[in-house]
Amino acid sequence: MRLHIRNGRVIDPASGKDGTGDVFVVDGKISPEGGNADRVIDAKGLVVAPGFIDLSARLREPGYEYKATLESEMEAALAGGVTSLACPPDTDPPLDEPGLVDMLRRRAKALSRARVYPVGALTVKLEGQALTEMGQLTDAGCVAFSQANVPLADTQMLWRALQYAATFGYPVWLRAEDAWLAKGGVAHDGEIATRLGLPGIPSFAETIALATLLELVRATGARVHVCRLSSAGGVELMRRAKQEGLPVTCDVGIHHVHLCDMDLGYFDSHCRLEPPLRSQRDRDALSRGLADGTLDCLCSDHTPVDEDGKHMPFAQAEPGATGLELLLPLALKWGQANKLGLAATLARITSEPARVLGVASGKLAAGAPGDIVLFDPAAPVRIAPETLKSQGKNTPFLGHELAGRVRCTIVAGNVVYEQ
Amino acid sequence: MPLQRNPQLNEKGELQHLLSIEGLPREILLQILDTAESFVGVTEREVKKVPLLRGKSVFNLFFEPSTRTRTTFEIAAKRLSADVINLNITVSSQTKGESLLDTVANLSAMQADIFIVRHESSGAPFLIARHVKPHEHVINAGDGRHAHPTQGLLDLFTIRHYKKDFTRLTVAIVGDILHSRVARSLIHGLTTLGVPEVRVIGPQTLLPAGVEALGVRVFHDMRQGLKDCDVVVMLRLQNERMRGALLPSAQEFFKHYGLSADKLAVARRDAIVMHPGPMNRGVEIDSTVADGPHSVILPQVTFGIAVRMAVMSIVAGN
Repeated sequence: MRLHIRNGRVIDPASGKDGTGDVFVVDGKISPEGGNADRVIDAKGLVVAPGFIDLSARLREPGYEYKATLESEMEAALAGGVTSLACPPDTDPPLDEPGLVDMLRRRAKALSRARVYPVGALTVKLEGQALTEMGQLTDAGCVAFSQANVPLADTQMLWRALQYAATFGYPVWLRAEDAWLAKGGVAHDGEIATRLGLPGIPSFAETIALATLLELVRATGARVHVCRLSSAGGVELMRRAKQEGLPVTCDVGIHHVHLCDMDLGYFDSHCRLEPPLRSQRDRDALSRGLADGTLDCLCSDHTPVDEDGKHMPFAQAEPGATGLELLLPLALKWGQANKLGLAATLARITSEPARVLGVASGKLAAGAPGDIVLFDPAAPVRIAPETLKSQGKNTPFLGHELAGRVRCTIVAGNVVYEQ
Repeated sequence: MPLQRNPQLNEKGELQHLLSIEGLPREILLQILDTAESFVGVTEREVKKVPLLRGKSVFNLFFEPSTRTRTTFEIAAKRLSADVINLNITVSSQTKGESLLDTVANLSAMQADIFIVRHESSGAPFLIARHVKPHEHVINAGDGRHAHPTQGLLDLFTIRHYKKDFTRLTVAIVGDILHSRVARSLIHGLTTLGVPEVRVIGPQTLLPAGVEALGVRVFHDMRQGLKDCDVVVMLRLQNERMRGALLPSAQEFFKHYGLSADKLAVARRDAIVMHPGPMNRGVEIDSTVADGPHSVILPQVTFGIAVRMAVMSIVAGN
């Protein structure tokens, strides 16, 4: 199978290339030339970029099929231009056994859609009591180990987990949240939570946990990726850790660079997220930190929730927002706000997450996997339940019109989505 | 965003639901207080009924146990000639797994006109108000730590009754501000009606983050905080909070923040003392003060009925 994409504006963030040109895919890989193509796609007026890589997308399988299924969420991924995604282990049961991971991988592969990279549980049942069989889980396909949104309260356990992972070079992906300080909280501990009478999670729940984590990275040399940073203080700690040369990377969710606690309005449960939306100052620091490279990646933190889960009083509402189909438009909006070029903007959802994952995709270099997205950066997208392919219709951006529409998604040289 | 419009007002800017004092214009607060004034007479008559809500159904929807507030709403509704249905949800459908909105939809099918809602979760009445039919009204009878607007209004009514002019007052609210929906509602009411100085007094553990942003001055020392106050509002300290991470003991709380006669002596000589009830004598307030000449705690209860009558008659008329 030979594919020839012509006349597009080809942007390869990894090399910084940005210009009109041709892209060839031969036998599933990017190729310098195409010869006689089986199919020619005219990309005039469109951007041709590496397929997006999302470091956190919940597919809800196994266990939460009533919220979403692999089928529905893989459709959403492709409609959003996402060709690779990492899924956190907070399924039911959690991804703590090789058999479960294997099953998920097989199911995903059978659909021949986006590439799925399972993130295994760091501790059995995510309970923070015993280590999982990381070696066997790695053999089954896990790319990293994580606690998802369940903080590891026991620092002795955290230390041992990082030591063990470091021994074998397994990456550990963790959110920085002190279990005790965050206990019972549902919103950023500040003026808004005070006004609304919502139990708060202070910013230092993040900075204290992050300082602990960084100290343990110093002690163990573990490769740690910090997930979903939420505070200005957290950005500052990451900046210093990187200056020091610690082996750490981090990401931020699409909502946290655009929204803040003011957006809770009158208890809008779509803004019930983990970590909580913090103050404007925090949001601005996250947005700038992502622009200056302190934060490496932007992720959708895709969390489909059924309607019943959101039709609840704010504190009881299930946290999370659907995000796969908003990743591109919200990345573009963020890039514009920070006056970044398209290549620099797209790097946060292509080459940078590829580096964190340690995969060869995320670039258009010859020999790289033929994962490509064609999109119109100016075309409007209306965010509405009927336009979202994801089974989760839960997003604070419902009713918004954003810019950036995916026209075609290609995985391993196969056109898997066209609009 | 569509949710940002003040959900308690209709298109004409009139009171459709009473969910929170925050965001209500001064005119509406005064309308409620003035209407309540006219009902005080009714409650003192031999025949304590007016026919304003005849034929209307008022559902007391209490997801959290309460005797006092539920009873005062019931009395208020009956004095307006409404039919009152009391539902204690904690022991019925919620334990069977019915969702909050399903419960409301079912009751709505039984032709409700007014829902009086108490819920342990902040914001629950807002959720209900977004899902009821246009002719139905929701009155918040206390949601989590967020708001207790009728209590706030009866506090305002009491203050106006004794002090007449809001614009020259110093008001202190003492105790567990962190968990108090009463304090939040009263603070919004006082600042909206032009009280120049609202103080909150308590230890750091019982004050919410950034409370100054509500327009209050923070005091940790009770004597400093009470100095020259016209109104002292004591808050109830819940039993389960008397010992633990927030406070060492009830005795120690009383030592620092209990209202005793000698602490009250630094307030103005004509200061009034209020308490939303039920009181913990010897924890937040000394009996000599609770029963003393400054106390207006029992008149508060009486005014509470008139204020709730006012709120129900106003929303039902809009």
